Amino acid sequence: MSVVSDPTFRDGVRAGIPYAVAAILLGISFGVLAEPVMGSVAPIVMSAALFAGSAQFAATAVLGAGGGAAAAILAGILLNARYGPMGIAIAPSLRGGRARRAAAGLAMIDFSWAAANRGGGRFDIAFMLGATLPSYPMWVVGTAIGVLAGDLIGDPEALGLDALFPAFFLALLVQGELRPGPPAVAAGLGAALALVLVPFVPAGIPIIAASAAALVGLWHRPEGGP
Amino acid sequence: MTEVWVTIAVLTVATALIRASGPVLLGGRELPPRMLDVIALLAPALLAALVVVETFSAPAGGELEVDARVLGVGAAGVVLARGGSALPAVAFAAVVTALARAIAGA
Repeated sequence: MSVVSDPTFRDGVRAGIPYAVAAILLGISFGVLAEPVMGSVAPIVMSAALFAGSAQFAATAVLGAGGGAAAAILAGILLNARYGPMGIAIAPSLRGGRARRAAAGLAMIDFSWAAANRGGGRFDIAFMLGATLPSYPMWVVGTAIGVLAGDLIGDPEALGLDALFPAFFLALLVQGELRPGPPAVAAGLGAALALVLVPFVPAGIPIIAASAAALVGLWHRPEGGP
Repeated sequence: MTEVWVTIAVLTVATALIRASGPVLLGGRELPPRMLDVIALLAPALLAALVVVETFSAPAGGELEVDARVLGVGAAGVVLARGGSALPAVAFAAVVTALARAIAGA
């Protein structure tokens, strides 16, 4: 059966639409900020090829500050390193050959990955693919709008667009993941670890380090005691 | 301009490798139950870290900063705590952040 005819894929697409609205706005702000640094074609190519918001903002900021390609690449890789543990997390739920599994990995974004988490270490892959789908064209189109209409839009920060991502992740956390017990402990610990590390390490590292908070799962006894 | 294209090309390849590595190397294999217990907690840990880092860290990273974003994300938190759904909460975050910046800049 093709994944597209899977009903959970369609559920995923539906769940992905609100995030796609945020993605187009974020794409616009990326286009506005990137155009003076990279010209008008490169930001759109970057959004289409990379599809990774925070890494694109970080690499562009480094290039804009004259930091050079090596530093920009390093910043982007650090911000995307979280996809390593995220990919390991979905691995047991994947079926099919290598190319198919690789494609599922490429379709991971923070939102769809978290929304496809079904607990107990399982992920609904068809749902994840569906939830990613609306965001991809919106991210690229948003970037193009930002590049072309930057002068009309002005400063994306004045519109509060930089609050969209954290607010969306907060919604995902509160509505999907913040169950009492180990999930709440892991969330609190992950937030604290990341916050403490921000002043001391390059961007991206605090997020990866926070994945260590998931190790509280080793102490967890699901059946209520040893 | 070369630097821009080199950055885009290398980052695209590196990101694809990072995203695909777990699925390709470990895909379809059964993992021990204790590892699944850990994987189950990755989503709350990573999401909470993304929330605090994107709320409190300076845009280029490296330092903590408290600006209008904190008010906006806090406002979204209030909407969510009162049972509101995601999209209104997120929209409220942007509006509150923009208003706070307008007032501070006025």
